[in-house]
Amino acid sequence: MFHNANLLNLIDGIPHAVILVDKNLNVSRMNRRAEALTGRSNDEAAGVQADYILRSNLHPFADSFRAVLQEKKMVAHEGNILDRNRKIIPVRFTISPLESHSADLLGVMVVIEDLSFAPYLQEKGAGLDGFEGVISLSPKMQDVNEQIPIFAGTDASVLIYGETGTGKGFVAEKIHQASKRSGYPFIKVNCGALPEQMLESELFGHAQGAFPGADHKRPGMFRLADRGTIFFTEIGDLPLSLQVKLLTVLDDGEFSALGSTKKVAMNARIIAATSMDLKAMIAEGQFREDLFYRLNVLRLHLPPLRERAEDIPLLIDHFVKSLSTGNLAPHFERKALQVLKDYSFPGNVRELRNILEHAVTLSLGETVKYEHLPEYLTQGNEAERYASSWGAKKGQERRTADGETTGGATKWDDVEKEMIIEALRKSRGKRSEAAKMLGWARSTLYRKLKHHGI
Amino acid sequence: MKIMIAIFRNDVAPRFDLTVEAVFVQLENGSIIGEPRELLLSEPSGDELCGLAVSEAADLVICGGIDEVHYEYLNWKKIRIIDGIIGPYQEALELLLQDRLAPNAIMPGAVSS
Repeated sequence: MFHNANLLNLIDGIPHAVILVDKNLNVSRMNRRAEALTGRSNDEAAGVQADYILRSNLHPFADSFRAVLQEKKMVAHEGNILDRNRKIIPVRFTISPLESHSADLLGVMVVIEDLSFAPYLQEKGAGLDGFEGVISLSPKMQDVNEQIPIFAGTDASVLIYGETGTGKGFVAEKIHQASKRSGYPFIKVNCGALPEQMLESELFGHAQGAFPGADHKRPGMFRLADRGTIFFTEIGDLPLSLQVKLLTVLDDGEFSALGSTKKVAMNARIIAATSMDLKAMIAEGQFREDLFYRLNVLRLHLPPLRERAEDIPLLIDHFVKSLSTGNLAPHFERKALQVLKDYSFPGNVRELRNILEHAVTLSLGETVKYEHLPEYLTQGNEAERYASSWGAKKGQERRTADGETTGGATKWDDVEKEMIIEALRKSRGKRSEAAKMLGWARSTLYRKLKHHGI
Repeated sequence: MKIMIAIFRNDVAPRFDLTVEAVFVQLENGSIIGEPRELLLSEPSGDELCGLAVSEAADLVICGGIDEVHYEYLNWKKIRIIDGIIGPYQEALELLLQDRLAPNAIMPGAVSS
């Protein structure tokens, strides 16, 4: 059923996820947005109970389907679904009966509208284009705010530089939302999270039987991002072999799934982000120069939080409001606020948010006091203080490929190694003393020494 | 090895955070030891289910969709997770015994012909 070509073209053109469900409540067909949302291909999902593919909080959803089938009337529900990235997304389901020309009931059509940004846009009173800038008073961030809508107006690749926690993903999503591709998926690829072979299959998809365990053909992220945006977080972590493949895809505008010879046209805007010095990586042979120039068409530098200290009170206000469960957001004791103002935030906005979540939770809705802040800010053992100042110090020294400072664009692993060496130096090689300085048990230090090969 | 499977009737439950029932199975040398034990929660709760996995010392959790928070929590507790499973939990268990159960697998019993 539902194999009418016009109908299939029609549902692919709808800028929401659409699932056609047969009278037995099994999935019959999904559009590409539904494939992207659920992470299941049409081949995989066909014949499976729609409830299991949708993963909605209205489970068992079958009751709603049955009601529509019996009464032949459209119904709408608000709820949520669990998407392919393990995120719970607020959505509106509209379920309509589907009838043939002879009024025979074929099944139902479920349209799933993503409501993730609806409250945000309402609350912020966003402009007609739906764009609302990043919260900031800092001139550096104002530049970023001005660049976002300009970048959104083109299809050129964007490379976002910035330390960890500066909001590279947030800005990438902003560019997508403000672009003409906003009605289509924003697919995030974490280049460092998967082993090489799996990452290739995740990116380009695979055909059935392409490798042991590939029981079904599976669409890759390029296919899922069709007409939308594909965002590579930490592009510097992409293995060299995949850098070559990515470059080929960008140059040819087409790709093929693993185990398949069929070429598929690529229609996705590319945004990449990095906290690494890609030019240094090119010099060391770890990153391809041609790929760098291919991605580095438009550049956006996100300053670290310590370079936009004037934004800290503004961000505190924003996060405290969003983290508070009651009607009134808790106030901050002067001493607690001062600690935050004096801190260098090596983890940037993400770290600030985490600190505030900790403090707001402990304050139980009352005034946030000094003692509600995480211990490492108020007491701070040697290890954490060192990590913090090291991040800030290194941050001033590092420069991006285009000469802009990126701040402490460093992995925690490197920071940890440095601080262990520093502690050992200070303790003149006495491990038990170094462990004490670092605030760790001796066994932890031994494990970490082994891990870092010190 | 102790396994916890989040279930709904005879299937792996589609959403971990909305699950009320779990079955515990003990495996040794590739075989099931003793009778599987079913536990029922008073209401759907991902937190309670995580608590159950920890208190029962599960080594592996098999489930359908699981949200990031509970996934990260179980990871932090060093409990392995095979998620995204669709279909009868008995079939999932059989595949596990054959060392062939991969994340996002759809069991043959979940697909109507």
